[in-house]
Amino acid sequence: MVMASSLLVSAPEGLYCPTGDFFVDPVRPVRRALITHGHSDHARAGHGAVLATAETLGIMALRYGAQFAGTQQPVRLGEVLRIGEAEVSFHPAGHVLGSAQVAIGNTRERIVVSGDYKRAADPTCPPFEVVPCDIFITEATFGLPIFHHPDAGEEVGKLIASLRLFPERTHMVGAYTLGKAQRLMALIRQAGWDRPVYIHGAAEKITDFYIAHGIDLGEIRKVADAGKTKLPGEIVICPPTSLADAWSRRFADPVSCFASGWMRTRARARQRGVELPLVISDHADWPELTRTIMETGCREVWVTHGEGDALVHWAQTQGLKAMPLHMLGYGDEEEGGDQTEPAAET
Amino acid sequence: MNRFAELLDRLAFEPSRHGKLRLLTDYFRHTGDPDRGYALAALTGALSFSNAKPALIRGLIAERVDPVLFALSYDYVGDLSETVALLWPASPRPADLARNSDAGALATIVETLNSAGRSELPRLIVAWLDQLDEKGRWALLKLITGGLRIGVSARLAKTALAALNGSDVNEIEDVWPGLSPPYLPLFAWLDGHGTKPAADNAVQFRTPMLAHAIEDKDFETLDPGDYSAEWKWDGIRVQVACGAGKDGRNLVRLYSRTGEDISAAFPDLVEAIHLSRLSDVCFDGELLIVLDGKVQPFGVLQQRLNRKTVSAKLMADYPPHVRAYDLLYENGEDLRPLPFSQRRARLEVCVRQAAAPWLDLSPQIAFADWPALAAARADPAAANAGDDALAVEGVMLKRCDSAYVPGRPKGLWWKWKRDPFVLDAVLMYAQRGHGKRSSYYSDYTFGLWRDGQSGDELVPVGKAYFGFTDEELKQLDRYVRDHTINRFGPVREVTATAKEGLVLEVAFEGVQRSTRHRSGVAMRFPRISRIRWDKPSRDADRLETLEKLIPV
Repeated sequence: MVMASSLLVSAPEGLYCPTGDFFVDPVRPVRRALITHGHSDHARAGHGAVLATAETLGIMALRYGAQFAGTQQPVRLGEVLRIGEAEVSFHPAGHVLGSAQVAIGNTRERIVVSGDYKRAADPTCPPFEVVPCDIFITEATFGLPIFHHPDAGEEVGKLIASLRLFPERTHMVGAYTLGKAQRLMALIRQAGWDRPVYIHGAAEKITDFYIAHGIDLGEIRKVADAGKTKLPGEIVICPPTSLADAWSRRFADPVSCFASGWMRTRARARQRGVELPLVISDHADWPELTRTIMETGCREVWVTHGEGDALVHWAQTQGLKAMPLHMLGYGDEEEGGDQTEPAAET
Repeated sequence: MNRFAELLDRLAFEPSRHGKLRLLTDYFRHTGDPDRGYALAALTGALSFSNAKPALIRGLIAERVDPVLFALSYDYVGDLSETVALLWPASPRPADLARNSDAGALATIVETLNSAGRSELPRLIVAWLDQLDEKGRWALLKLITGGLRIGVSARLAKTALAALNGSDVNEIEDVWPGLSPPYLPLFAWLDGHGTKPAADNAVQFRTPMLAHAIEDKDFETLDPGDYSAEWKWDGIRVQVACGAGKDGRNLVRLYSRTGEDISAAFPDLVEAIHLSRLSDVCFDGELLIVLDGKVQPFGVLQQRLNRKTVSAKLMADYPPHVRAYDLLYENGEDLRPLPFSQRRARLEVCVRQAAAPWLDLSPQIAFADWPALAAARADPAAANAGDDALAVEGVMLKRCDSAYVPGRPKGLWWKWKRDPFVLDAVLMYAQRGHGKRSSYYSDYTFGLWRDGQSGDELVPVGKAYFGFTDEELKQLDRYVRDHTINRFGPVREVTATAKEGLVLEVAFEGVQRSTRHRSGVAMRFPRISRIRWDKPSRDADRLETLEKLIPV
């Protein structure tokens, strides 16, 4: 099935808008790019001109240096811009700080590119906003009906309960350094944990960035500053890859925890040697994906990446046109790829 | 059900053996009869329900979930019980079964599963699934579908059991064959208010002693004078037990290595054993097919494996034979505490006296030092294996003074397998795996080059799903995702041309003709030994190279 729109086509670099001559989240350097959020699989360095929310531009500058693109233009959520023949606006996606969906329209139709998103509450970023559209281009990282993310507060409750049970052991929580780590800190505070939370060096800059944007994360300390203590009974947040490497040996009989939507299946948790899986995700689960598609009122669904086949099948049973784009290059940093952190940050 | 589900859940996430033992012993100590007995039965694989089968579960979920969505989910999760537990529609009612007083719940479920008729089972199972939470549903479905796959072997469960009264796990193994769920006399003994159950089964299975794979560095610490060597035969290990039943009639049992009674698959052999008038003995040996006095390769034996019934033609074409290598029991005497050299001497007498056509001795290999044994291993035909060399897959080393210790004790028995064959093949298709490797693309179909109608073409020659590290698995998974050119249901086809493709070094134990494979050959025990990121795909091996390895 070939599906195309005059507004947007799928190209090797990413989604391309011919009438506006720009790409959304291109995976290779292009002349003009619109970026949905700061995760490195969506936000890459080396474009000519970049349009994104101020927070996303700030995160890109943190990761790639201030000169990450030829020119940078911040856009406010809800502001409507004209680029060539296309009208463009950004709307909150609820994924991480600065994350946005991109709406592209002309007089005939409107397309929304979701980027990565979730519907669950997140104290560190504004909630997802439903944007009515004709074509909804969605992610499907957790696009299988087995994926139901439980209430994140209850998952953090398991962590707190384990800390009470094993007060002599350090609880190392693997969490992606941009977004998940800070959401976890905020959730830990909501759960009433008021001891300092310790973080790995890789999470320092982003965490400072969140705090500078007025997000209250309580007292955050760096593991590097903790001296010789093995931090028994404390929470240490680190990149997932650090759970199993030599870095973890400095702690007191650590309990290996991992906050990720992938922890929903046992095999994934066991493959990583995780003792306490916490099902906390910044992506939409199956009920959120299907509900969002219906709420946009779209007639067509394109699936960029993730478990696209199931979501496409479901959309077709709902009478929608749907197709998987099987786009390569997404899901490398975030949960989609289950991969290592970018080396630049360690 | 609560406690049992909690136990399985915690076991599944507990990485250390010690931690698992602690969880198990703790459960057995603090759970009452008969629940703990049924839990033990589930852990040791002793439960099987004639009416509650995986097909029933598939039917129930098919009524509730779109079949395509179920298939995609199952492909991802790689475990039927877990897939269904996750997909089962959450019930609006509170979880009675999980919350109510837990005592007896597991026993009630197991006994109901045992006794309920085919027609009433679906209704009962649905009611339970509706009442349980996700964890409980998973545990219940594991119970029904069998094969818990939580990293606990029957041996480990029995070891945890032995810790209840500080006895040795082998004491439990000895009495185990005479026991059945819920094991009340066993627990009474372990709790200290009952006598030890008797091991009185005339034809009981005795847990085999196993060997460690030997590595080069091990030879430095071993003295050749302490060991005797024999061929490692490429058949299946069996245990033959003969003894008088309660009614005085002679019984014969043929057990697999894991204790499964495989007598029914070999009625001709069982009949022959009866005729040989062996009685009151138990010995280990290799089951082989011998035609015209020549041992056949494993592929021939395979024709007779995993069959519930066996035709007269199969029996005539593939006559079974046992090559004996250890004597465990004879005339009321347990020989296992004796040194191997004495057991071997008794075995030689026993086999000679039986003078049976289906039975012979596994010959020992004379060697003065390790280099001499290495030479024999490299060329078994020139040593004393003669015509049977094709069925030799290496040598076994047994300490002459070692008792027969069930399990895999350190340093007593070693296996020194023949070096595997290796070939460079090209990755063609990939599929998601099950169990430990589920949700990753971990099943790889690979091919070799051959002359095609329009130049060289790849033909699939085999499939492998292990041999790589966890890190390599992630790299392979990523490679498959990034190089998919076609999807056939769960199977992904990846780029495989002379210009572009991934070369996998495949190790395997042998190869034979096969009508079931497009290439006409089937490899034995293939696994990925190396990923050749560096090697151009056009330089991978050709089918002819593999065909030359087929024994004539």
